[in-house]
Amino acid sequence: MPASSREWPLWEIFVRSRQGLSHKHVGSLRAVDAEMAIQNARDVYTRRREGESIWVVEASHIHASQPESRGPFFDPADDKIYRHPTFYDVPDGVENM
Amino acid sequence: MSDLRDKKGYENWDEAGVARFEALLAAEEKVEPRDWMPDGYRKLLVRQISQHAHSEVVGMLPEGNWLTRAPTLKRKAVLLAKIQDEAGHALYLYSACETLGTTRDETIEALHDGRAKYSSIFNYPTLTWADIGAIGWLVDGAAIVNQVMLCRCSYGPYARAMERICKEESFHQRQGYEIVTKLAQGTPEQKKMAQEALNRWWWPSLMMFGPHDSESTHGNQSTEWKIKRRSNDDLRQHFVDMTVPQAEILGLTVPDPDLKWNEERGHYDFGPIDWDEFKRVLKGGGPVGRERLNARRKAWEDGAWVREAALAHAEKRRARRQAAAAE
Ligand SMILES: [Fe+2]
Ligand SMILES: [Fe+2]
Repeated sequence: MPASSREWPLWEIFVRSRQGLSHKHVGSLRAVDAEMAIQNARDVYTRRREGESIWVVEASHIHASQPESRGPFFDPADDKIYRHPTFYDVPDGVENM
Repeated sequence: MSDLRDKKGYENWDEAGVARFEALLAAEEKVEPRDWMPDGYRKLLVRQISQHAHSEVVGMLPEGNWLTRAPTLKRKAVLLAKIQDEAGHALYLYSACETLGTTRDETIEALHDGRAKYSSIFNYPTLTWADIGAIGWLVDGAAIVNQVMLCRCSYGPYARAMERICKEESFHQRQGYEIVTKLAQGTPEQKKMAQEALNRWWWPSLMMFGPHDSESTHGNQSTEWKIKRRSNDDLRQHFVDMTVPQAEILGLTVPDPDLKWNEERGHYDFGPIDWDEFKRVLKGGGPVGRERLNARRKAWEDGAWVREAALAHAEKRRARRQAAAAE
């Protein structure tokens, strides 16, 4: 069997750098299962204590928005400027708002 | 934009795609994997990133040669940590390459059957312990100059890999410089070792930046696509200006009789580079080149059963778990 048809699955790696922060995508690697992915992620992405928690997700399980429909998909936010605090007038002298 | 239509690399023309791609480049924003990009851009990146990844892998071999002969346990631990970093660098880069639609195995096979290149610097032998110092100081030093530039390259995954790599590289350069420093401050024999290592590695390090701008084949397109942000000669000059004072502090002599500070330019002038040698080494010339590839192929082939077995084992465990869950 050609080597390429037996490639190990691709995993996306997320690391929480310290308590209080969310996990952040740091890269990917190939591993046969989640356990190996976590161990390899430790060796590859946290050699200098860059993290205290690791998530691994098999890349084929990730679903993403379509880059081509980026415009129409995100446009609805454009005409709702009233969602931003700067939309509102506050009289001079008002503080703590 | 219309003037790009017939340009090489844009064969997969898509009106909206090109407009967005060009706008991203113009705004100094990054191109991400699922964005439309010209075929030529993708090809250029695959070649460059895979070549870069292969260099990280092959670069471990001359250093690995000294692991069992490091002079102290501390030096051994340090060298091991550096080599482990280089393996990590290769992995970041293979991953970045995969985002462009190549597979890992394909990329690795291209190295093994000689289609893909790696940096010619690793086709030089490491004759003494001082070479390990010179590699960290000069070779990693030159790599850093190039990689700092690549942090600003237009392709997101490549730029992110470079940022991670740059953070790790400064330890590589410092540990190398420390090895050379210890030797330069040691006995006359040790100082001689340091000087000879500098003699061996100086010119190859300058060649790492590639051909002169006037002769570089991919330079222009790469610059237009904002992959390369500074020219070969510019980077090389930067490296020389940085490194010469570091050699002086150690009382070592850079092996170039034409080297001298040019007050007017604010840079060092340096002598001509022997490009015939460069071309010879680049073609995998010499016994070391063959040895490197043979070592890679052997590691890949000897490891094949491990890759197969690990996968089979994981599949079996998964099947067993599923069967247990179904009961
Ligand atoms: Fe590296
Ligand atoms: Fe390095």
